[in-house]
Amino acid sequence: MNNACGTTFLYPDNVDTDVIIPARYLNTPDARALAEHCMEDIDPTFTANVKEGDLITAGWNFGCGSSREHAPLAIKTAGISCVIAKSFARIFYRNAINIGLPILECEEAADQIQAGDEIEVDFETGTITDKTQNKSWKAQPFPPFIQAIIAKGGWMNYLRAMEEEGHE
Amino acid sequence: MAMTMTQKILAHAAGLDSVVPGQLILANLTGVLGNDITTPVAIAEFEKAGFEKVFDPDKINVVLDHFVPNKDIKAAKQSAACRSFCHKHEIPHFYDVGKMGIEHALLPEQGRVTAGDCLIGADSHTCTYGALGAFSTGVGSTDMAAGMATGKAWFKVPSAIRVKLKGKLPEYVSGKDVILSLIGQIGVDGALYKSLEFTGEGVDSLSMDDRLCICNMAIEAGAKNGIFPVDEKTLAFLKDHGAEEPVIFEADPDAEYEQTIVMNLDELVPVVAWPHLPENTKPASESEDVVIDQVVIGSCTNGRMEDMDAAYEVLHGNKVADGVRCIIIPATMDIYKQCIANGYLMAFIEAGAVVSTPTCGPCLGGYMGILAPNERCVSTTNRNFVGRMGDVTSEVYLASPYTAAASALTGRISDPRRVKAEQKAEEADHE
Repeated sequence: MNNACGTTFLYPDNVDTDVIIPARYLNTPDARALAEHCMEDIDPTFTANVKEGDLITAGWNFGCGSSREHAPLAIKTAGISCVIAKSFARIFYRNAINIGLPILECEEAADQIQAGDEIEVDFETGTITDKTQNKSWKAQPFPPFIQAIIAKGGWMNYLRAMEEEGHE
Repeated sequence: MAMTMTQKILAHAAGLDSVVPGQLILANLTGVLGNDITTPVAIAEFEKAGFEKVFDPDKINVVLDHFVPNKDIKAAKQSAACRSFCHKHEIPHFYDVGKMGIEHALLPEQGRVTAGDCLIGADSHTCTYGALGAFSTGVGSTDMAAGMATGKAWFKVPSAIRVKLKGKLPEYVSGKDVILSLIGQIGVDGALYKSLEFTGEGVDSLSMDDRLCICNMAIEAGAKNGIFPVDEKTLAFLKDHGAEEPVIFEADPDAEYEQTIVMNLDELVPVVAWPHLPENTKPASESEDVVIDQVVIGSCTNGRMEDMDAAYEVLHGNKVADGVRCIIIPATMDIYKQCIANGYLMAFIEAGAVVSTPTCGPCLGGYMGILAPNERCVSTTNRNFVGRMGDVTSEVYLASPYTAAASALTGRISDPRRVKAEQKAEEADHE
């Protein structure tokens, strides 16, 4: 997995999937169309301001609510390279892993990072560096099984690889 | 090591003698579920990965419920994609318009889930079936795709919070008040990544519809699943609905819980969750200043027969307040037919309400009851997030069917105990 590097957006606790991608746009599975409305109900300027590689930093329970995979998909397709939060809602957490949107849990980083800070993330070590504030923190690394899913490029690819090994 | 009920089901599903919290397992699934929003994404993932066959057509359930009857052309295309996939893979449990219902009311009704099952659904409220003694949890579309292809899913074994129920619910207080009160106590991430295991002598008095409603909203406390022990009521329900032979798992007496919460059902009152989080609960009696524009009674949380009974009990012979739109949505076709047979539809319409065929519609702001700027709705649904039912400035207040129906009559949030007492006093006057 490549490292992430960019400017971060800052959001509060309990950002739910209804504000990440409102249900009125769920009449299509098209990732590009979904990304056009990403974060619309919490931050109407997000899509105009987001640049490829930017990050999102947020509080507790990011991605709570609906199971819609459209939420991490919209964030990923909008260009976000990593979401840092104090914690993630469980379905968002597994969806992000399954589709290959990098996420990190780190309470200290999420507490101190300010909107607009330049952030660099080293996924191998879990190190989050705030270049604006000249600070760094260490996030919880993923367990090996999850790392293996990410290394294969998502859950479907992992299963495919497992099946092929089984057939040989 | 001693295990919780959820841990025992997961160990069984993974073919292991025992599991411990935090352990990552690969479980065999007894069922996979998707709807018209999440299935098209799963189909795309399934096909992109090059899978050609589903693992077992009989174990897959696809229910069109969110935007059907199709709300627009794009929604129609999503339904069409589900239809053609199910036809191609000869999936018998495909529920189209005419036999569909809201998925989490439909599957238990159609006997598609039994005790001991391990089931995933690409819908967050899949945790509903814990009421039947099954492990079931919401996942995303990729998990659904993988589940359809291989019959497997990965899980991190959850620790648990035990909720000990005591006593019996008072009149006009329902399962919805139990779960809203609990979420009010522990917060929207109070059970994050964990099981909510309901136990105690108070379980006996809860109806199956109450238990389904309680487990349905476990996700609103962040839980992986909610689960009830299997008792005589569960077994009778499973038998009545033609479910497969139940496999009963019980928590070990010395199972470890992260926390035990005691809830005395006798002490509960009708509550309302204020915008914009399900944890913002207050007694309905302390919310009576809130003037409302709309009431919705329905959804996977509260569209079941007892919910219709409750709405009827409050609404029949009365009139919805001027300026209030009251939308009632029985959750399945069987419930809809029962409402007709019982005379409820006529009573609802006479009261000034409208009655729709089953749909998730307004709950997620899809269609059939979208709110304008600054409008307020009392709803028996499960989420009151910003913009959930319409404009970002609109407000949703979550409540039970009793409270919602009582509020429809008065035009403001109302304690159903007070409204019913007034109705009874008026009836006594006339006699």
